[in-house]
Amino acid sequence: MIEKKHIGHEFRPVTLTVEVGRLKFLAKALGITEGIYVDPNAAKVAGLPGLLAPPTYPFVLEIEALELVDLVSFLGETLGKLLHGEENFTYFGPIYAGDEITVSKKITDIIDKKGGALQFVISKTEFTNQNDKKVAETLTNYVFRH
Amino acid sequence: MKIPKFESLKEGDEIPTLKIQSVSRHTLALYCGASGDHNPIHVDLDYAKSVGLEDVIAHGMLSAGYLGRMLTNWVPQSTIRSIKNRFTAMTHIGDSITCTGKVTEKFEKENEKLVRIEMQAHTPNSQTIIAEAVIALE
Repeated sequence: MIEKKHIGHEFRPVTLTVEVGRLKFLAKALGITEGIYVDPNAAKVAGLPGLLAPPTYPFVLEIEALELVDLVSFLGETLGKLLHGEENFTYFGPIYAGDEITVSKKITDIIDKKGGALQFVISKTEFTNQNDKKVAETLTNYVFRH
Repeated sequence: MKIPKFESLKEGDEIPTLKIQSVSRHTLALYCGASGDHNPIHVDLDYAKSVGLEDVIAHGMLSAGYLGRMLTNWVPQSTIRSIKNRFTAMTHIGDSITCTGKVTEKFEKENEKLVRIEMQAHTPNSQTIIAEAVIALE
């Protein structure tokens, strides 16, 4: 069982560079072919400062900042018990290649379900760019099957 | 891209669907590397069996990525205010994935005209994601 003492825990913020290659790789994996996501020249022609990160990209930063295996081990659990319950994105601005995004993650709740057979670990993660503008926030529900 | 007008949309309108013919092991390997979600349950058959599954399962966020792609095929990404994804079932190797969405509400908030889009991803056997997006339109 995951201990409730972890509620409120804030992980150390991590600053990550949004890489062109990584964005292209993610676009390839998702089958995205539109120029602003895969071709830096097309992004430039469209008036953007760099490749545009697609809507689910904050999730990539979220796990780059804190790998799932490290999150799970912090909670005293194992990966095999983990299912992804929810991933909710709120957007306040775009993320482009070349941005420096600071990722700050906090555990906001731990909820027992089905008499403890399941536990939901809820986190809130904020993404702030190099200009101190918050560009996105995610709410994640990690489901553990005991 | 012809951006839909707030006034021209009505509740029940469907947005253009996105269909993925088949999820392959190659797709999952690419998504593992690209997303950084290295959970072996998605790419290592031996590991998947060791935790009681018959085979590897797809990343939920892969299908969420397809839902996002359906949205950005329809409207510029700058119009998307939020996307909520709730994962409801597993996606298996060989499954097709169909993404659909429809307008469920039109409303105004903080001087923006917003439409709520209820979305789903489903495989031949299951609904795998229930999702909702809020889009700001002129």
